[in-house]
Amino acid sequence: MTAGAPALRTALRDAALSALVAFGLFVALIGLKLVPTDQGMTLQTRPWALAAIVVAVFVGRLALLGWRAWRPPGTAAPGRIAEGLTHAGRLVGPVFLLAALTLPLYGGRYMIDVGILVLTYVMLGWGLNIVVGLAGLLDLGYVAFYAVGAYSYALMAATFHLGFWTALPIAGLLAACWGVMLGFPVLRLRGDYLAIVTLAFGEIIRVVLINWTTLTGGPNGISDIPRPTLFGLRFVGSGDPDTFASFFHLEYSVTQRFVFLYYVILALALLTNWVSLRLRRLPLGRAWEALREDEIACRALGINVTITKLTAFAMGALFGGLAGAFFATRQGFVSPESFTFIESALVLSIVVLGGLGSQLGVALAALVMIGGSELFRDFDEYRMLIFGLALVIMMVLRPRGLIAGRTPSVALGKRREIAAELVAQGRG
Amino acid sequence: MTAPLLRLSGVTAYYGAIQALKGVDLEVHQGEIVTLIGANGAGKSTLMMTICGTPRARDGRIEYDGTDITRLPTHEIMRRGLAQAPEGRRIFPRMSVQENLLMGAHGRTGPHAAASAEEVFALFPRLKERLEQRGGTLSGGEQQMLAIGRALMSRPRLLLLDEPSLGLAPLVVRQIFGAIRDLNRATGLTVLLVEQNAYQALRLANRGYVLVNGAITMAGGGAELLARPEIRAAYLEGGH
Repeated sequence: MTAGAPALRTALRDAALSALVAFGLFVALIGLKLVPTDQGMTLQTRPWALAAIVVAVFVGRLALLGWRAWRPPGTAAPGRIAEGLTHAGRLVGPVFLLAALTLPLYGGRYMIDVGILVLTYVMLGWGLNIVVGLAGLLDLGYVAFYAVGAYSYALMAATFHLGFWTALPIAGLLAACWGVMLGFPVLRLRGDYLAIVTLAFGEIIRVVLINWTTLTGGPNGISDIPRPTLFGLRFVGSGDPDTFASFFHLEYSVTQRFVFLYYVILALALLTNWVSLRLRRLPLGRAWEALREDEIACRALGINVTITKLTAFAMGALFGGLAGAFFATRQGFVSPESFTFIESALVLSIVVLGGLGSQLGVALAALVMIGGSELFRDFDEYRMLIFGLALVIMMVLRPRGLIAGRTPSVALGKRREIAAELVAQGRG
Repeated sequence: MTAPLLRLSGVTAYYGAIQALKGVDLEVHQGEIVTLIGANGAGKSTLMMTICGTPRARDGRIEYDGTDITRLPTHEIMRRGLAQAPEGRRIFPRMSVQENLLMGAHGRTGPHAAASAEEVFALFPRLKERLEQRGGTLSGGEQQMLAIGRALMSRPRLLLLDEPSLGLAPLVVRQIFGAIRDLNRATGLTVLLVEQNAYQALRLANRGYVLVNGAITMAGGGAELLARPEIRAAYLEGGH
């Protein structure tokens, strides 16, 4: 480094200050520990653990400052990575799709199980992306539609003995109806106020599910939900002629059902993606985006804001409901516990982390967040810590999400090809 | 004279308990440029928005092309041949110039919209150069051109312009006013222009109205109003 002594002194002072803050933060959290003994509790001090953290913060801060000084001016490193990501988007998409399609070939049962989970959240993320990312309506109660879909399917299957494939679209439509029902009262609300009402809506649905015991079974939920079938072929090992294994003269294994479920959710997620991408190119999708940008301008241009908002809620809810129905059939059991606010928060953070409005970004974020938290299952109590830390780091480095650029959805006449990074930076 | 394209009679509007318009009478005839001038807070923009239905007129009647539009929903009013370039431009900042333009085309795409776009480009060639650029990165003048161009995409009969000169350099203002005049002469487009820049607006307009505290206090030909001493004193002193 050629910056000289003054720069070094500033860096040292900065690092010392950070260390002091770390000391203040952790002196009680890490430095002290309550240990149960025969006489009750005694306070144990842990000076070494505290010292280690303070030193780590000091060194870390110094290293960060050094890295910043060393980096050539004019090249914001995080931005460059992002540009690369946006640029590589066209390649990354197909590669991921191929990996997803062939996962059952190389992944074991555990991998497939995690894949089902990740894809469920990818689908939820893409669904919520319509509402939050495209239409710009902050929805904190998205889990409500997930719950409506799950319970609709569970009740239809239990009461009317409808099969999965009949009940699935009905569950989706019911959820879409609830989307419109939520949409009506909140038509005039925006931003914070909308967020609070949707948050309340999510809670209302959950509380109703808990308390309407005659219909929903209350906290006990609904069990024995039938599994999906492939054109009437069941995935059981009974040896009956109408099972998948005997029809294809295969030896029965549980994995067959998991592979089937995996492909079902993959198809549903891809359907969500396809519909969102198609809609974005239609006038309705553009109206959603215009609504996100400026509602008053939309009115001035003769766009029916009511219809635009309600369709966004309905479409988002539809896919939430479909994902919910899938969730119910996969678990074979639903209870209100699965539909708490943390689920809404998780899906919303997937959307925000992925970059509002970016399909690939949402998929990547779901993979990182859901797959990642499965990966850290062994660390158990530190999972949420790592999770939170990852979110904070992401928001510092990439405040607009993993893939922040948006490509124009339309071209007048001849489409002019344009480098992705120029669009992202708005030069064009 | 034939029936006016737009006629307001006794229109009042309120924001809560505050009366913003106190019985406005105003007429715009086919092919005219009419300007509405007034000080800050006189109710100019409110009048513009009331024509579009937000806020809704409490009393009085607004007629467009012989039909009563007073109680119609905003999006239906805007589909009858009115278009507005709202105050403060309000372009869609993260959408490209061409997406912005398409938003003005009432959901139409394809050759129809492309033809409208070509007409806009003929008027503002700068927009064609910046087709793929995001709206928010345009300069103020370009954004105003985009706002007007977006309104023209629906091929309106009546264009409502709310303070197109806001925050722009005099040269750019002249350019934009020149474009409005050209458009009016070439296509016979009727324009209702709300302005604080009284000098430029009255020079451009065939007729003008002066709005003070929510009521029309003066009306007359553009040149005639410009010559009046009270107008000069109230709106033109201190340069233009």
